[in-house]
Amino acid sequence: MTAPVETVMQTLPFNDAVPGAVLEQAKTGLVVAPDRVLELARYLRDEQGYDYCSMVTSIDWPQYLEVVYYLYGVAQSKEALVLRVRLADKGNPVMPSLTPVWPGADFQEREVYDMMGVRFEGHPNLRRILLWDGFDGFPLRKDYRESYYEEDSKPFKSRHPDGQHNWAEDRAPWKDNVSFPVGWDPDLWTSPQVEYRRIMGVDEGPRNGTDLRTERILVNMGPQHPSTHGVFRMVIAIEGENVVGLEPEMGYLHRCHEKIGERNTYIMNIPFTDRLDYISSMSNNLGYVLAVEKLMGVQVPERAEYLRVIMAEFTRIISHFIAVGFLFNDLGAYFTPALYGMRERELILDLFEGVSGSRMMCNYMRFGGVFADLPEGWIKRARELVWNRLPRVMEEFENLLSGNEIFLTRTRGTGVLTREEAVAYSMAGPMLRASGVPYDLRKVAPYSIYDRFEFDVCSRPEGDVWARFRVRMDEIYQSLRILKQAIEQLPEGPIMPPGKKQYQVRVPAGEAYSRIEGPKGELGFFVVSDGKPNPYRYHVRAPTFINLTSLEKMTIGHKVADAVVILGAIDIVLGEVDR
Amino acid sequence: MFGSGVLKGLGVTLKEFLATYIDDIKQVPSRYSGGKEVIDQSNVGEQDGLFTIQYPEERRKLPERFRYIPMLLYETNAETDARDPRCTACGICAKVCPPQCIWIVRDKDENGKPITRPAEFYIDATICMNCGLCAEFCPFDAIKMNHDFEIAAYKRMPQLVFDLDELSVPVSYYARIRPTDYEEEEAARRAKESEKAAAKPVEKPAKPAAPAAPSSAVAASAPAAEVAPAAPGRRTPEEIERLKAEAAARRAAKAEGGEAAPAAPAPAGVGSKRTPEEIERLKAEAAARRAAKAAGEAAPATEAESEPAPPPAPAASTGRNRSPEEIERLKAEAAARRAAKAAQGDKE
Repeated sequence: MTAPVETVMQTLPFNDAVPGAVLEQAKTGLVVAPDRVLELARYLRDEQGYDYCSMVTSIDWPQYLEVVYYLYGVAQSKEALVLRVRLADKGNPVMPSLTPVWPGADFQEREVYDMMGVRFEGHPNLRRILLWDGFDGFPLRKDYRESYYEEDSKPFKSRHPDGQHNWAEDRAPWKDNVSFPVGWDPDLWTSPQVEYRRIMGVDEGPRNGTDLRTERILVNMGPQHPSTHGVFRMVIAIEGENVVGLEPEMGYLHRCHEKIGERNTYIMNIPFTDRLDYISSMSNNLGYVLAVEKLMGVQVPERAEYLRVIMAEFTRIISHFIAVGFLFNDLGAYFTPALYGMRERELILDLFEGVSGSRMMCNYMRFGGVFADLPEGWIKRARELVWNRLPRVMEEFENLLSGNEIFLTRTRGTGVLTREEAVAYSMAGPMLRASGVPYDLRKVAPYSIYDRFEFDVCSRPEGDVWARFRVRMDEIYQSLRILKQAIEQLPEGPIMPPGKKQYQVRVPAGEAYSRIEGPKGELGFFVVSDGKPNPYRYHVRAPTFINLTSLEKMTIGHKVADAVVILGAIDIVLGEVDR
Repeated sequence: MFGSGVLKGLGVTLKEFLATYIDDIKQVPSRYSGGKEVIDQSNVGEQDGLFTIQYPEERRKLPERFRYIPMLLYETNAETDARDPRCTACGICAKVCPPQCIWIVRDKDENGKPITRPAEFYIDATICMNCGLCAEFCPFDAIKMNHDFEIAAYKRMPQLVFDLDELSVPVSYYARIRPTDYEEEEAARRAKESEKAAAKPVEKPAKPAAPAAPSSAVAASAPAAEVAPAAPGRRTPEEIERLKAEAAARRAAKAEGGEAAPAAPAPAGVGSKRTPEEIERLKAEAAARRAAKAAGEAAPATEAESEPAPPPAPAASTGRNRSPEEIERLKAEAAARRAAKAAQGDKE
């Protein structure tokens, strides 16, 4: 017995304001009609307070492609609202772009286009973002097979019980491992030229009504450039010394982490998350296990929760030390502050190595707990660091850096992002808080046991590079505060839930999005399970990737040298940006 | 005053500069006389200046849990000196390995029935991501993470594909590098043994020898009844007692005589202690074994190998949708190539 369509429609949310936009209220969100989604989005932002578009991703279901938007409210804190747009025509999936409403969706929609082939109408710059222009195919579609494809899911059958070692190169020799589009001739092909028409102002015509003007020059900073913190390229249009346009080019480190994740079983993904933001692997582990635990519904023992918090806060300290140190590198204070930051990081990495066996690729968290308990003497060393050494070093850092006039002159008023812009561009973490938005997930939506600790949310109203530096420094103090409480309160007890350790976990079908306050911002893991041993869809909301959206906005009007500093203040890690 | 912040900062760097020397001078005789090879960094947090370790002359003391490439543990039979690997070829490590770098061939007895013992075991160190999941989930404590990280080599193949020989280390080596874990595992094993020994005669008096290892995983991989009593993982309680006594004796001997007494009379030496010559020899042996095997399988193909290799069929070049037959054919071709190459190498 189904109610008439009309009645059902009227009970759907937002039907009064935007009639016919919401087609269905699914358990996982609102299914929205593609042609009405822009209107609904405007309404949600302006009238309902959903001003923050946290994550955009897509799922390749057997019948349709689904684009998913996770919306939150930042000005007035709001729970997640999920918009789902289903596109049945897989050959030509088209929907309107939501960048006019949430500019922060810019890079994420480009990523959806790149990986899944969904075309966003009205997007200002819809081209591939992680893969190279000219790439054929959409890797995250279920029917896509990579060059050294072996099987749809791990474990591969060729490994046991008759596992003769062979090389992938032998199984699929060079040149046999690539497939070309039908009718494509490699000899006739020339690589597509990206013209950067927008930032070069090609279509603008003469300005100020006169032809007399400074010529625009296109400068590539990177991918091999020390200021880009890895293989990242800034395409800058300059007039003289002034930046007039900028476009980030990334993907040099792209390895399709998400496709690998969908081939892996759930537990295999934990060491792979280490490689995302390789500075802070513990936080990545935590974000991922929280997402899977949400689906599994396991209870984490008390001691494990504390250990997780301790590791996550140590990671935040490491990450901020590096961020601050390398910000000074970019400013020309070559390697002295970075070296001091690195030195303290080494001591924390010693702790990580003692507990997990590895300094950077910790692989420490497990579903329901952690990998191992603390070894002997660990707490003593941690106490020495948290109570004595790190406060002392912070004092030294303040003396060394905070009052430096050159630093202040270079960073005050550089790369300003107002409060409204920061929210609109989906900035996260220190970037958002430095623009006067005291939004910290540990307070707003406490995960793990963060609601038990006393700490302050660090925020600054200025919104410039200096404010970002200051927020990071202040957060180190707050992390030490949390660490002191956590180490004091650390209870005895088990570190894993009772029962045998499972290498094949059962994850019930469903969808989960967990977001944590990573050192660099809101780190989200989106996992869709269909009940099989491998995730059906696995997506990472990489904070620095999305923080890069505002890079152009912040840089325009500044000198080239400042572009380096502004980029440094975002604190990107390319392992995470490119995934 | 403008500039005071800069001066303050310079004061910090000056202090660091001096502190580094002061820290260093404190260590002068011990550090530079060559007497301090392994540096224990556990108190380094109290130093003020920079701390560097002059690798390779100096080394860090590795924490016990440090993990690098996995290794396979074997017990040494006291009478025959034969190696008795703990591995039962159950394949859990291969199933949990994230980059799928473990290849296992299960051994067969003369009737062709699979037995709980690996015939071949490969770990591709070029793919391994040192995550340690294999060691974590091994139900027999047979695969553990090695501390030996100095494995640089000029060629990927065959030097960085470790086979059973190269991966095998005696249990005593494991007990040396990870004493805490070892003791814990031994204690757990002892507890289990005594529990079983106590429970056995009451429950099932008919069965003489109890399977020592947890049986669920083994049962999944091989029929339990077929296994000879001497097979690995199937030790009788007496044997285990004996092995334990041996291990204890070894430990005691080591504690007394330091490294003077060889840890185990293994002919090929122990993981980290292998000399370059030995490695070369083992590599050559492994290559020869592989070649012989490949030649045995693909004999007809090797004969055709004297003329240039046939161009791949056009259908094979699509890559994307290869049929099982094609894969088989490619595999055979690759094996033949390897065999031919190995044969050529022998001639030279």
